[in-house]
Amino acid sequence: MRAPDTNEILLQVEGVSLAFGGVKALTDVSFDIMKGEIRAIIGPNGAGKTSMLNVINGFYHPNHGAITFKGRTRARMQPFEASRGGIARTFQNVALFKGMSALDNIMAGRTLRMRRGLLWQMLRYGPALAEEIEHRHRVEEIVDFLEIEAIRKVPVARLPYGLQKRVELGRALAMEPDLLLLDEPMAGMNLEEKEDMSRFIVDVNDHYGTTIALIEHDMAVVMDLSHRVVVLDHGVKIADGTPDDVKKNQAVIDAYLGVTH
Amino acid sequence: MADGGSFDTFPKLLLRNAARFGSRPAFRHKDLGIWQTWTWTQVAEIVRAYAAGLQRLGLLPGDTIAIVGSNRPKLYWTVMAAQALRAIPVPVYSDAVADELAHVLAHADVKFVAAQDQEQVDKVLSVSERVPHLRKIVYDELRGLRNYDHDRLMAIHDVIEDGRAALAGNGALGEQIDEIIRQGEGSDISIILYTSGTTGASKGVMLSARGCIDAATDTVRFDRLTDNDVALAYLPLAWVGDHYLNYAQGLAAGFCMACPESRETIEQDLREIGPTFYFAPPRVFEDMLTRMMIRMEDAAGIKRLIFNYFLGIARRYGEAILTGKPVPLAGWLLYALGRMILYEPLKNVLGLSRVRVAYTAGEAIGPDLFAFYRSIGLNLKQLYGQTEAFLYVTCQPDGEIYSDTVGPAAPNVDIRIAESGEVQFRSPGKFVGYFKDQAKTAETLTSDGYVKTGDAGFFDEKTGHLKIIDRAKDVGRLVDGTMFAPKYLENKLKFFPNIKEAVAYGDSREFVCAILNIDPAAVANWAERNNIAYGSYQELAGHPLVYDMVAKDVAEVNRSLAEEKVMAGAQIRRFLILHKELDADDGELTRTQKVRRGFVAERYAALVTALYNGSHEADISTEVTYEDGHKGVIAARVKIRDLQTSGSTGVLGKAA
Repeated sequence: MRAPDTNEILLQVEGVSLAFGGVKALTDVSFDIMKGEIRAIIGPNGAGKTSMLNVINGFYHPNHGAITFKGRTRARMQPFEASRGGIARTFQNVALFKGMSALDNIMAGRTLRMRRGLLWQMLRYGPALAEEIEHRHRVEEIVDFLEIEAIRKVPVARLPYGLQKRVELGRALAMEPDLLLLDEPMAGMNLEEKEDMSRFIVDVNDHYGTTIALIEHDMAVVMDLSHRVVVLDHGVKIADGTPDDVKKNQAVIDAYLGVTH
Repeated sequence: MADGGSFDTFPKLLLRNAARFGSRPAFRHKDLGIWQTWTWTQVAEIVRAYAAGLQRLGLLPGDTIAIVGSNRPKLYWTVMAAQALRAIPVPVYSDAVADELAHVLAHADVKFVAAQDQEQVDKVLSVSERVPHLRKIVYDELRGLRNYDHDRLMAIHDVIEDGRAALAGNGALGEQIDEIIRQGEGSDISIILYTSGTTGASKGVMLSARGCIDAATDTVRFDRLTDNDVALAYLPLAWVGDHYLNYAQGLAAGFCMACPESRETIEQDLREIGPTFYFAPPRVFEDMLTRMMIRMEDAAGIKRLIFNYFLGIARRYGEAILTGKPVPLAGWLLYALGRMILYEPLKNVLGLSRVRVAYTAGEAIGPDLFAFYRSIGLNLKQLYGQTEAFLYVTCQPDGEIYSDTVGPAAPNVDIRIAESGEVQFRSPGKFVGYFKDQAKTAETLTSDGYVKTGDAGFFDEKTGHLKIIDRAKDVGRLVDGTMFAPKYLENKLKFFPNIKEAVAYGDSREFVCAILNIDPAAVANWAERNNIAYGSYQELAGHPLVYDMVAKDVAEVNRSLAEEKVMAGAQIRRFLILHKELDADDGELTRTQKVRRGFVAERYAALVTALYNGSHEADISTEVTYEDGHKGVIAARVKIRDLQTSGSTGVLGKAA
């Protein structure tokens, strides 16, 4: 696995804590994501992984701590600000517009980059048309990249799960994000679908240079894909390092296999 | 003999087309969702630049360049550019595993490889130390290759750009390229096509430029193909069919080759392009029909009614109308109505609306399947050919179409049937020899210059058309000397929807017997409709009513055999329905689903013995492998059914 070229920090999480009433989801978690790397967040069920992603893209607001993204520190941010800022994500359960075609779903990912207003779009004339053609071109590049030419016009509800996940990845890519958050991109997939998805994740990182943070349960996949791994357990960071380091870490082994206290 | 005039090499034809058809489309390729078009003029310019680029990389006349990938304009241009330099293109099957690829690359001494994408580049790199002469790999798609070591890699795009720049800066270079093209001779080896190697190690079939062009010019005339035609180039590049039907005919006629977007989109691309010339193996036609029928099952009642009614009309009048035979006025009117509401929309959905000429070949096509497509007005024909002939040996002319023949000899082809029953031919496109294999070449050619096909066949008395019955080595004789062609019988049996697999025995025996597999889907459906209860496949297969039904099918086969003098003696006297499905996991079928006749005979020796010793049932127990790998034993008592032979004078049912 090739390490990222730069040592520039894209995202810094500092002392983040998050609680829902009395339940502590995250406790004083700090880590960073380098520009151009694939960073995995792993941990047993309920460790706070998805909460962490939700904090990063502004869906949850941390009770303590700060997040620095592209050099700007902030405590509170709305999700749309995050996506405007260049953070895109996919979800644990597929969240696509079921009745729309794969193409339209990915096109939806371009919404934030469209300059013309609703009226122009409805007229679909002149500058609006030119803009749509340009966006369509970008979408087609993604369609080509993800090898989903054959399902362009198919309503996503009719697609198998693995392909739906791929369309969702496509929609996230359409935003041309600086940071891509993938919440269990391979959950529920068969072996072949997993291999395909792994290849696409590596390709995205390689081809577009996109920084990726991913949550995944399949350890083999995590160890193969990621440059560095953060391990959470009960909302606390218990390890952080290269896949090899993490694999040998006793705390991690205990967290996964369970120990008698 | 037909000729391409003074155009005896493909590069010369390309220049002719650029002059004659200038702004007409030569290639199309769907890229990023949009069909891109290149005219003949553009292609000629690109190929010249590409050739200059390749020459600068060191491709010399007589060198070989392998081409691995799917149908992409740039890969076709590689063929053209190589031929322009009098180098020899060697297309390789893109799904070949690394070992096969290594064998071909090494055997052909390739100096260059043109690969489509990262997958193919990886494969070539992984075997590169076994290909000593390999200098450079050029590739079409950059994706994933950005970080590769580019010492031995170069994008085709960059080769063309480099050539273009060099041509612009140096007038002498262009002159030199043009001179090489002018020097090209008809006797040059135009291409080496490696056989797929299903029958042993793959052999490199060398074809001459003149031979290729003459053969293609003949069939272009035969089917009246022009620059207004369009073909979807989706067949494997390394297969003679693609090189002939698309590349050679495309250049000879000046028609447009449309390259699909990807392997998965062929169906949609077919619909968008609407080719006028179309080839597909029978399997593709069968899949199309099955998909259509399944969708019709789900349609509303009224639609099904219309569908079935007009298909009936088509069956009655379609063939006659297509071949221009007289039809009663009412029939003609009904057919015209059917065309409007069913046949044309149907063909449109399948992407076959504009097809003028469609061919199928490769294996036997079921008569019902064949008749269906013809009846809705698709001019589907059969051809028989092989790589050594540069495809065409026979083909059916318009108006003389039969599902069970492959037609009379193609233009300028001589065919004869050898003593042994083997089909032999001489044709304009006949191969020059196998690359680096003098012995095999000598083995394949007769002393008077005919090519042995290895297929057994005979000329049908009624039509004068050739019928191919089996591989010559599989054709046997009954004790009384009657010719016995197992695959011919098996195919006839398998055309019945109830019969999934058939294995016929008879070589050196007194009569012919068959072991059959019922088609579980078709027969289960039938059982459900007729309230026949059964617990398992085994029970269903042994059911007396199923036997009755299958016996009718076999009797039907016998009747059709009785009509053919050569085959009448080889009717099926006894058959049994096997208690389990033949399966590749048990070694009974090859991975490509072909029956391994010898193996089945060994495994079910007890049953074969029973077929010939007159008993009416036999016990058998066999080991089976389940999908998860563990093994079990199936035991069964299998019944044997006797049949009357029809029409012939032979003693009836001696064993009964």
